[in-house]
Amino acid sequence: MTLYILCFILFLVGVYGVLTRRNLIKIVISLTIMEFSVFLMLVLVGYISGGLAPIVVHPEGSDISVVDPLPQTLVLTAAVIAVATNSMVLALAIRLYKKYGTFDIRKINELKG
Amino acid sequence: MEEWIIILFFVIPLFGAFVMPLTYLFSPESPKLITPVITLILLMLSLYSVICQPEQIAYSIGGWKPVDNVPIAIYLVYDGLSGFMLVIINLVAFFSSVYAIKYMEEYTGQKYFYVLMCLMIAGMNGVVLSGDLFNLFVFTEISAKSSYALVAFGVKKDELEASFKYQVLGGMASLIILFGIAMIYWQTQTLNMADISYMLQNAENNIFPVFVQLIFITGFGVKAALIPFHAWLPDAHSSAPSPISAMLSGVLIKTLGVYVIMRLYLSVFQLNESVSIVLLALGGLSMIIGVLLAFGAWDLKRLLAYSSISHIGYIITGLGIGMIMLSRGENHLAATLAFTGSLFHIANHAVFKGLLFLNAGAIEYAANTRDMKQMGGLAKFMPVTLTSSFSASMSISGMPPFSGFFSKLIIILAAVISGFYFIAGLAVIAGIITLSYFMKFQKYAFYNKPSGKSPVKEVPGLMRFSMISLAVLCLLMSVLILPGIRDGFLNPAVNTLMETTEYASKILGR
Repeated sequence: MTLYILCFILFLVGVYGVLTRRNLIKIVISLTIMEFSVFLMLVLVGYISGGLAPIVVHPEGSDISVVDPLPQTLVLTAAVIAVATNSMVLALAIRLYKKYGTFDIRKINELKG
Repeated sequence: MEEWIIILFFVIPLFGAFVMPLTYLFSPESPKLITPVITLILLMLSLYSVICQPEQIAYSIGGWKPVDNVPIAIYLVYDGLSGFMLVIINLVAFFSSVYAIKYMEEYTGQKYFYVLMCLMIAGMNGVVLSGDLFNLFVFTEISAKSSYALVAFGVKKDELEASFKYQVLGGMASLIILFGIAMIYWQTQTLNMADISYMLQNAENNIFPVFVQLIFITGFGVKAALIPFHAWLPDAHSSAPSPISAMLSGVLIKTLGVYVIMRLYLSVFQLNESVSIVLLALGGLSMIIGVLLAFGAWDLKRLLAYSSISHIGYIITGLGIGMIMLSRGENHLAATLAFTGSLFHIANHAVFKGLLFLNAGAIEYAANTRDMKQMGGLAKFMPVTLTSSFSASMSISGMPPFSGFFSKLIIILAAVISGFYFIAGLAVIAGIITLSYFMKFQKYAFYNKPSGKSPVKEVPGLMRFSMISLAVLCLLMSVLILPGIRDGFLNPAVNTLMETTEYASKILGR
């Protein structure tokens, strides 16, 4: 249970960062922290204590519990997606820096939302 | 209809997206030809599947059979609702891609535009067809990622800023969705939607699904731009190139937001009255606040974007009323009416909002401005844009005999029959304000005094073709509600929603 609570705290750290930081790069870092906390939780949820890696070498009928590979594949896929997100956001941050000469979001406010 | 046809819906655009950079090397003009052909094929395929009218197809990729009644394959599910959404997505995609050929000529890096557009279409078709939360998440991300890139396509100051905002909010929404998926896996040990539904029906813990549903309202609410989560929409949709704005407002928010909410809340989770009331409240709020925001806007595309929020509000309101009535189990007629109105409004809104964004693009292309105060007197120079935008404006503000009238009428009728008089009143007021700000658009853009600039020209033929076809559709769509024709297109989708959790037993066969 402690692990889940720690995951949740990590998630909140990310949310806090996204909400309060004023620097584009720091916002991206906070987003990444959020991503990792969710991935951690997914892996934890899928883990069976004492389970083995899901590579079937054991003969059928043997009584060894194997971890379900589904959440692990999901985490791998989500991690790839997260890499795509990060590279996109960082590329945008660089373009924004070239246009405005700053990373401060208080100065990047052409739009009103 | 053969089962394997349904995988073509995302295989063809994905294949096209990877082939286009290669064909570009031999002929730089080829992506312009390939994209409309791909979307035309997809449109034909989706119409063909609707005409065949299969009951329900569950296609398991790789042909893996269930082991001990547990489905292990990745399922693609085609049913009435998926067919309905596929037609709308591919219809708007086809006309946008034809329109884009001329419109995009002033941009650099056009080949990337067509690649990203095909990826976005592939993602949306995949979301609509997938019967598995894992797949649903991946396809959501494919279309969301390509839409982030497309919003920033012009790489000017405001486009980059809008895209950054869109990405941070969209990224957080995706994480919240992933968190919800993790929660579901924790409880049910599966990600197959039919299996989840079966497990939740037999589970004893009734609080847990409600918690997940509330998480999903946040996640998919951001994707659908419901009112507390709408901040990214006006920026992103007004900054994107116009054909992409038409796709984003016309179908993307509906596919990633509204469709997924419909599918998950009706077919997978047990109906829950309190969650339905939350949805209804958010819908009503979006409906009224959206129009008020739009009323004050002077940037044409921003006005249209705010108006999208209000129309998503209409759709979610209809959905909420239907869900409340179904969960109370007392008035099935009202629920059917509400779902019909909601789905019909999805189709209508895709057509007329797509058309309005194309009109805004045409005005920007010809007169080079988006500010309504600087337009004026365009009626003389742009007769096609004038008539088509008039048709769309009448339809969006609910004038009979245009299609928008019927869908709004059905939603309001459903609200009255179910006893939600306040919501019905809000919908009527929102409709009136919608009419007023579209009159404002017509007056300032077309009839006011000319702004004194040199006379503008009407847009090229391919752009006119898209606008005229969609304008005709605005009128023709009203036919869909007639009995007889309704059975072919709308009713299968409504029936899918009305069946609720029979979805699972049909797929699993237990």
